[in-house]
Amino acid sequence: MRYLPLTDNDRADMLATIGASSIDDLFVDVPEEARLDGPIKGLPMHASEMAVERHMRALSKKNLAAADAPFFLGAGAYRHHVPASVDHIIQRGEFLTAYTPYQPEIAQGTLQMLFEFQSQVARLYGCAVANASMYDGSTACWEAVAMASRVTRRNRVVLSGALHPHYAEVIRTMAQFTKDEIADAQPSMQAAPDASGLIGRIDDQTSCVVVQYPDILGRVSNLQEVADAAHAKGALLIAVVTEPVALGVIKAPGDLGADIVVGEGQSIGVGLQFGGPYLGLFAVRDKKHVRQMPGRLCGETVDAEGKRGFVLTLSTREQHIRREKATSNICTNSGLCALAFNVHMTLLGETGLRRLAAENHRLACLAADRLVQIPGVSVLNDSYFNEFTIQLGKAARPIVRALADQGVLAGVALDRLYPGVDAFVDALLVAVTETTSEDDIETLASSLEQALEEASS
Amino acid sequence: MNAPNKSGWKPDMNASEDGMHNGPATSTGNRALMLEEPLLFEIGSLETTGVDLPEPAAGSVNRLGGMERADPIGLPGLSEPETVRHYTRLSRQNYGIDLGLFPLGSCTMKHNPRLNEKVARMPGFADVHPLQPQETVRGALEVVNELATWLIELTGMHGVAMSPKAGAHGELCGILCIRAALEARGDAREVILVPESAHGTNPATAAFAGYRVEDIPANADGRVDLEALKARLGPDVAGVMITNPNTCGLFEPDLKAISDAVHEAGGFVYCDGANFNAIVGRVRPGDLGVDAMHINLHKTFSTPHGGGGPGSGPVVLSEALSPFGPLPYTARTSDGVVHLVEEEQADAFSDEHFGGKMQSFGRMTAFHGQMGMFTRALSYILSHGADGLKQVAEDAVLNANYILRSMEDLLHAPYAHSGPCMHEALFGDKNFGGELSTLDLAKGLIDEGYHPMTMYFPLVVHGAMLVEPTETESKAALDQFIEAFRTVAQRANAGDEALKQAPYYAPRRRLDETLAARKPKLAFDENA
Repeated sequence: MRYLPLTDNDRADMLATIGASSIDDLFVDVPEEARLDGPIKGLPMHASEMAVERHMRALSKKNLAAADAPFFLGAGAYRHHVPASVDHIIQRGEFLTAYTPYQPEIAQGTLQMLFEFQSQVARLYGCAVANASMYDGSTACWEAVAMASRVTRRNRVVLSGALHPHYAEVIRTMAQFTKDEIADAQPSMQAAPDASGLIGRIDDQTSCVVVQYPDILGRVSNLQEVADAAHAKGALLIAVVTEPVALGVIKAPGDLGADIVVGEGQSIGVGLQFGGPYLGLFAVRDKKHVRQMPGRLCGETVDAEGKRGFVLTLSTREQHIRREKATSNICTNSGLCALAFNVHMTLLGETGLRRLAAENHRLACLAADRLVQIPGVSVLNDSYFNEFTIQLGKAARPIVRALADQGVLAGVALDRLYPGVDAFVDALLVAVTETTSEDDIETLASSLEQALEEASS
Repeated sequence: MNAPNKSGWKPDMNASEDGMHNGPATSTGNRALMLEEPLLFEIGSLETTGVDLPEPAAGSVNRLGGMERADPIGLPGLSEPETVRHYTRLSRQNYGIDLGLFPLGSCTMKHNPRLNEKVARMPGFADVHPLQPQETVRGALEVVNELATWLIELTGMHGVAMSPKAGAHGELCGILCIRAALEARGDAREVILVPESAHGTNPATAAFAGYRVEDIPANADGRVDLEALKARLGPDVAGVMITNPNTCGLFEPDLKAISDAVHEAGGFVYCDGANFNAIVGRVRPGDLGVDAMHINLHKTFSTPHGGGGPGSGPVVLSEALSPFGPLPYTARTSDGVVHLVEEEQADAFSDEHFGGKMQSFGRMTAFHGQMGMFTRALSYILSHGADGLKQVAEDAVLNANYILRSMEDLLHAPYAHSGPCMHEALFGDKNFGGELSTLDLAKGLIDEGYHPMTMYFPLVVHGAMLVEPTETESKAALDQFIEAFRTVAQRANAGDEALKQAPYYAPRRRLDETLAARKPKLAFDENA
């Protein structure tokens, strides 16, 4: 077996050194009835690199890759161009095959990278401190809710109706067990989010208000008024950003009064990957909340010779020290995805991120203007960044499937996210990024028009 | 020196009188290939970019709802050559399994096959969206299902929840299944029992799921004290969380008896699968009465640790717990098609294919889990096959015992008398001289060119050192490690004060962690 260096001679020599007569002697603590006498039956035996690659390639080919189709899906996962150098750097063995930097003297590469990453995220979000990342946006969102309960000592959670339904589901799942009370609603199919309805649900038992920005329908709202209303009742505002590229052109949530900003970092450097691994971003606007944060934090310090260096710090919040009193049970971060984000963001820089965001917005506007020319199609949103909701006047899901059969990935039907809601049946979320060409937009428009005609006839 | 070398050749590094090679200071602070690197924020600029994107045209359409950003964000950029150099230079300040043996106990730092990296990047896996119509992602769903089938067969369990994002997330999944199963029979219980030697995630997870945590005592052999456990069981105990092999590197021979007793008392058995590498292909936890166990794909199944993640923590489940696993899940129907079952089809699918038994506790994460880790883990599993995986466990255990028996004359090995260890060898600091500590020995190993073992864990052994070599080390590599480990251990036993200042040769000397925590600097600040 190519990954196992020991030879039979080695094994015999080593058993002799140990004083064992056979390998079975080393498994003597396993009760006899649980010992397997040979390889587990019914499973394949080892295979060559070539054979495994062939098998996996066949499975890969059964999928329609985004690059092979006009592609318009978003809803929390976005397709962006990732520069080739990002993938090169994350495959360097010193990054790829390192562990959590518990021995900082020989992990300064990872630690300095995490410090840079934290600094980038904090700036992007308009916050004081970001952590070294969480599993993904949805779990970071739940962790923020749990943190708000600790900070405010309250447990009534107000969810905006336009929060990504998977994120809301994760919060509801956890609330069953923590006894947090959830006040939620469905999104209103209106051109602008229902801020006054949301504000009306905040009371003096509310621990936090959770608002997505831009929201699940793509609308961009002014968080400031919700922040003010939450603060007036002593609640925290949690802003959720599922598309970080948007923050290249719209104001940062921290600057609008959000107390905790969380989100998905997948857009920068990570890729689609069928949903994971992704990159949870987590930041607090005010330093005073740092000790209630979940997850790893990297901090600057000096070594015994006075040289600058970095370490994991404030770990008394964490499970390996505090055990059942920890701020979270999380034990990893999304380290390699954080590196990909860090490298991609370095390549972009301020100038590149602003251009990237502007290009996304330009193409989205172009697509909206084209799609609205199709008879029966209307755009719901007053405002959007690179994703908007259109209404087709016909059930959207069969049309999405029909277009997929023609090799066009048209977007996410809202019915997939909110099954069984009449008002959403004809709604389609369309995301447009710099990877979308004007030809792609034309293909979508013409095939959508044809599909709608066929659906009428 | 760390490369396996049968000729015995060694570089003559200690020829100079002081042995330190401290030449004159350099103007850069660099020492030849040891290169210092500033922070991105010190070398980048807001104007520089390493990507070619069009400049926005003046007066272009704006539908941003009046929220456009005016002030600079403050994100410095670098050109592509500068970026590649910055991160390449940073990478050289890191130790990784590619550089040498990485004996972190319980972390299973094994070789990461590059085939897996290649496979994960195939466009049908890397470039598909989680919400594409299922008809366009059948191959991806087959990967999830094929891996799920392997995990079920390898563990002898009934079902598996694939969506948990990492080991601790998997623990949470398992405990939530237990909670849901108990609530489904109207049996609210309050306590989860956890051994003192458990990973910190176990009590943190139980607390996060709303349980009170109580300790299970250990016996003198480092195992769970069966009689004490039995005495504590009762109608308030929801379950126990047991690590097997445990964190002392020992198999729990009474696990079946423990499971029987817990089941008898109406509770469930959660097994922390962090140490599955020791028994994969040789022992099936399902045969020992386990109800739920997470599997760290980044440990046993070689997906890269990446400097601390991403992980992946599927949870195998017993028949009693399977109905309560999270959404979404995949299932193959009799026509051979693999379905992704999400909230909307859950009830209908359960009625049609599971007799209406599925009662998921809900969703734990957006989308469906760590696909990028599933492709890597499946490639690893297919490469080894049932025979190779059995050999993995055997070689991992053989290598650990080889280290145990090669070190026990120098280092206190608290459980060595009771028999062989499993995949990791545990030592304590009892034989050290002077004021020397486990930390000092670890830093001495860094100077010898090794990443140290796990330190001060498990908590039940004073100055614990947990050494896990894994199966991907050759005998020559082990012999060289043992020689270095013995040298440093002898220095520690002799009370060699010089160890207190180690490491001498790493990119940094010991870092001031107290300062870092007392005056936290957690982001770059130009004005600081």
